[in-house]
Parts: sequence; structure tokens; C-alpha cells
Amino acid sequence: MTKAKATDVAKAFEGGADRDAFRLLDASGALTKGAQSPLDDDRLLEGFRWMLFSRALDERAVSLQRQGRIGTYSAVYGQEASVVGVSLALDPARDWIFPQYRETPALLRHGMPLSTLLLYYIGNPVGGRVPDGVLLAPIQISLAAQLPHAVGMALGLRMQGRDGVVVTFVGDGASSEGDFHESLNLAGVVQAPVVFVLQNNGYAISTPRSKQSAATSFAARAEGYGMPGVRVDGNDLLAVYEVARDAVERARSGGGPTLIESQTYRLLPHNTADDSTRYVPAEELEARRLEDPIPRLRNYLTALGVLDDALEEQMRVAVAEEITAGVAAAEAYPPASAGQVFDHAYADFSPRIVRQRAEITGNVPEGDV
Amino acid sequence: MAVLTMVEAIRQALEQEMERDERVMILGEDVGRLGGVFRATDGLQARFGEARVFDTPLAEAVIAGASVGLAMSGMVPVPEMQFLGFSHQAFHQIADQIARYRFRSQGRFPMQITIRAPFGGGVRTPEMHSDALEAQFVQCPGLKIVMPSSAYDAKGLLLAAIRDPDPVLFCEPLRGYRLVKDEVPEGDYTVPFGQARVVREGTDVTLVAWSAAVQLCERVAELAAEENISCRILDLRTLVPLDVEALARCAEVTGRVVVVHEAPYTGGFGAEVIATIQEEAFYSLEAPIARVAAPDTPYPIAGVEEFYIPNEERVLAAVRRTVGTTA
Repeated sequence: MTKAKATDVAKAFEGGADRDAFRLLDASGALTKGAQSPLDDDRLLEGFRWMLFSRALDERAVSLQRQGRIGTYSAVYGQEASVVGVSLALDPARDWIFPQYRETPALLRHGMPLSTLLLYYIGNPVGGRVPDGVLLAPIQISLAAQLPHAVGMALGLRMQGRDGVVVTFVGDGASSEGDFHESLNLAGVVQAPVVFVLQNNGYAISTPRSKQSAATSFAARAEGYGMPGVRVDGNDLLAVYEVARDAVERARSGGGPTLIESQTYRLLPHNTADDSTRYVPAEELEARRLEDPIPRLRNYLTALGVLDDALEEQMRVAVAEEITAGVAAAEAYPPASAGQVFDHAYADFSPRIVRQRAEITGNVPEGDV
Repeated sequence: MAVLTMVEAIRQALEQEMERDERVMILGEDVGRLGGVFRATDGLQARFGEARVFDTPLAEAVIAGASVGLAMSGMVPVPEMQFLGFSHQAFHQIADQIARYRFRSQGRFPMQITIRAPFGGGVRTPEMHSDALEAQFVQCPGLKIVMPSSAYDAKGLLLAAIRDPDPVLFCEPLRGYRLVKDEVPEGDYTVPFGQARVVREGTDVTLVAWSAAVQLCERVAELAAEENISCRILDLRTLVPLDVEALARCAEVTGRVVVVHEAPYTGGFGAEVIATIQEEAFYSLEAPIARVAAPDTPYPIAGVEEFYIPNEERVLAAVRRTVGTTA
């Protein structure tokens, strides 16, 4: 490698998509040369609506957090195309999602009620309950710990002759964890029907991508696990959908796992407790705002003639109403009580725990069985 | 009734349960083609196929972690940690994921998983194989901890563990795999959790132990009998759930108690045993409760392990001391 080339690799700014990442829409929202939309008009609008929903929810959630009505919240803001594009490639009736914690619209589209999700952020344990029949693992706080679970589910589905595919999300930072390596290695060995979506959003809290890995790309790691690795512009809904669809089809037809590196950018701090002005250069943030996935898709849809201001306004109003209803339902839920410290810890309780509960609540606990 | 070694009893339990319940599957390092480094899964892959007896890559975290997804999919995984000493590689998946998944999913995703793990010293394994880590897992709420000492209990407790809707860490004393032999019924039976077993009746002092330390206490009881000291022995069988009543009875029956374990002294489960007895039956005690444990040093290399693990001499000394003390 020449000295000049080595310098080229080091970018001035963190995050954003590589020049040669797969994309169908350019930054202005025009189809790239020869590209076609893999989504019909209805599904494009469905995707756009989920992106609007996600952003509106982030804005509301940050406001609720500032008012003390919910706890710490991690926004999707800036990564909407990356999450929704994958979500659109899944069939909620048979495919599973093993999320990390920055994939809210995918969880909602898969069937998680907004009010339940909000109860989680309010701090009520019942918010951890994914409704029966919804093929979704709980939000995962311990980074990359969900990846082994996803591989296990994929194996279990295959053993039982079910044709579901498992999609799991992980970040650029979490990909440094040992669970990442062990999971992709196992998935490759057994050719598990699983898709690993690595959202490279430029930062792990404050640690930039360049300090996370010396690999030329995260997708390049796939070769070491015997699976295809794909780099996609994560702010291009069409491109994300297409690579996710292909990976899901490959997994479903017995072709094994895929690692997708979705190159996106986190436009808000890590979470509501973080101050990203301490580590994100203002010029970088301004540059990345120009790659915001929502205006990009809006431009495309407007040029296509399927979206106009009136329709978008209609969507915004409907989304705001749904969010308001979700917040109201969550806040109307009875407040958490002491007994919930015990509920569901075990299927049945030892006399010792029964005594502990009586001491704290004055009641006898209910087991799960 | 057939006399089986402990490892034969474990193998029989696995085979019978896989036969009875097609959801049960085994995964781990060398469990398939080899039949496990101790042969606990010998012949099971040939009988049940490569999917249900699955040789994994050498990676403890994903062995434990994949079991979470398998359980969520409806399987009943029985992962093997080749040695408990290596389970720290999987500690996060066991302690924070498997143990609390029912709790954090509010009952939607129970973890019917039994993690089998040989442990303990006395067979001169290489470094880091033998550590008795049970007390570390006791601090992982959601997990049950099972420590059989006999072949009969190993089979009955393992069948109970696999059928238990909650996750179980099933620790097998590798020293006892072939040394421990007793009568094991061919048919199906379970040994319930949380019910300690009186191994030997006695009147002067109760020795509380679990796993391989139970045999040690039996040998000590014979030696003590020659000195006219009558030892009662209580085998806890499961640390979680704990048989609190049986512990209280120790104080009530003999007034004097010695607890014996292979793990290091400070913070070992012996401390929990002693705390429990003094909470429940302080006024029945006639002497301070003694504990015999490994020293607070790392498990050593094989050449000195005989000085590290509690032996007859040290336990007997504690028995004499306890019996000789007057309140």
C-alpha cells in the first residue's frame, strides 16, 4: 500500500457511507444510473411513513425524557432508512428480530405495541413483555449479547422445519465484543438462516469508528466467517431494503447467513444522557445532516409523483395522533409496584424468596406456572 | 438394581430424556463424535443425530448464548461447558442472559436450559479446569444450582433439571465421575430440588457438604467414629434453591456443625450455610460453626492440588475442634 493510499483511507470525518457502498438513491434523492426501485409505490410510502413515525417518536421521547416522564432514551434519529429498510424485508408472521436498542420502528412494525415500548422507557417491568405471537426478542442492553441468541433461534427454526429467518441488529461498537465473533463464526459453520445487520453509525457513544476497528470495512470481516459481507448506504431506504431482501431470501432458501454493514450516521447523541458536542465536530454534524435519509427519500417520492406536501402533512398528523395515543395508554397504566421486583424471576419461588417478598410487599408472589 | 458410576448415570439420564422428549438436545465442545471428554454423551450422536447432539466450535459464550435462542424457539437445550473452569468465557450469557431472560421478558421467554459442567479437583487436570465456582453463580438470580454427589442423585436431579422450566447450572464432580458408584434405577425418576439429604445419621456434629465433598465427609465420619465422635452428614444437593429447614435442623439435632467445600474460604457458599443456620437456629448451636475450604489463593497447578483441596486431616481437625468446644 502506498503512503498516499493509506492517507486516503483515513477520512476527515467519521461515519457516513463509503463512496462505493451499494446505493440506489444519490444524496439528492435521484436514482443512480441504471437503478430501479425494488419497492412499489405503496411499500415506498409505507417505508416513508415509518421513517416519519420514528423521527416524530424520537422528538416526542426526548421531550418526555426532559420532562421526567420517561427515563433514558436512545434515538434512532438519522438511522431511519437503515432500520426501516431492513424491517420492510421481513415477514412478521414468520421472521424473528433480535434487536439491540436503536431499532424502534422495526420493533413497532413487527408488532410491538408503542404503549408497551414506552412503558419500558417509563421503567415499568411490564414494558419488557413482547406480546404472545410477536416474533421479537426484548430490547438488548448488553451489547452484542443478542447475537448468540439469534443464531440459536435460527438453528431452532431450522431443526423444527420452519422457514423463518432471524435478523439481528448490532452496532459498529458492539462488533468489537467477543459475542460478535463467536456468533458469526458459529453461524458460518452451521450456515444458519440469520442476517446480521451491523449499523455503522460512526460512533460508539464517543468512540469513533476509526478507533473501533482497523479493518477496511466491517463487511470485510464476513469473509473470515465464510459468509457474504455487503456494504450499503444506510441512509438509502431502497438500497437497504434490497440488500436485506436478498440476504433474507438467501437465508430462507438455505444459502446461509449474511453480514450487512449499513453505513449510516447518528444525528443525535448516543442517548438522552449523552452530550455529543464534546466529541462530534460541528462541521462534521452539518455535513452529515445533508445526508439525512428523510429528505432524500422525500425528494425521490416527490419526483416520482407519489408524495406531495398534503399527503406528507396527512401522514404527520396521523403519526402524531398515534404517538399521543401510545403515550396516553402508557401513562394510564397502573404505576409499578413492589411485587414486580419478584414477578417472573422464577417459574416457582423457593420458601426463601416467598419470605423476601412478604417482607417487602406483605404478599405471596405469583409464579409463572 | 444396577450399580452405575456417576458418569454412566448422567449418560443414561440424557439418553432417556432425549428419547422421551424430542425437544431435548445437547450442544457443546466434543459432545458428539467423541461423546464428551468424560464420555457423558457417549453414543448419543449416533443415536439421535448430529442436529440434536451438536459439536459446536470452541466458544463457550455462544454455546450458552445459542441455547437462549434455541429455548425461545421451543427446544430444550442441554449445553455442556467442558469444564466449569472455562465457564467464565460464558459468564455473561449464563448470568445476565439465561438467568434473567424470564424476568426481563416478563415470562414470555422462559429458559428451560440445563447447563452441565464438570468441575472440582483431585484428578490432576491442567490449570484452570478444576475451580469450584459455584458460589459465583449463586449470585445470579434466576439460575438454579444443582450439585449431585451420588449416581442416584445425578440421574434424578438431572432429569428434574432438564424438565425444570427455569435454567439450571448442573455441576458434576469430575473426580466422582468414575469413582462414585451406587444403585441407580433403570426407570424414570426425579429428585426434587431444595431437599437436602441426610447421608448419615449421627449425634455429635453435622458435616454439611455438596458434590465431591460429601464423599470426603463420609470418609471423615468413619475416621471420627474410631475416636467415638458420631458424625451426621447433610448433602445439600442444590444450593439454589436452598433447603433452609434442613440447615436449621442441623443445629437442632447436633448443635455443632462443620461445613466443607472445595471453593476458596472467603465468600464461599459455606458462608451462606453458616449465616443461614445462625439466622434460623442460633440458640440451638453449642459451638461456633467451622468451615473447611480451599485457601483464598488461586487453584494451583496439579503438583500441589493435594495441599489445596480440603482433605480428611483438615476436616477431621475441624470436627475435633468443634466437638471439643463448649459453649
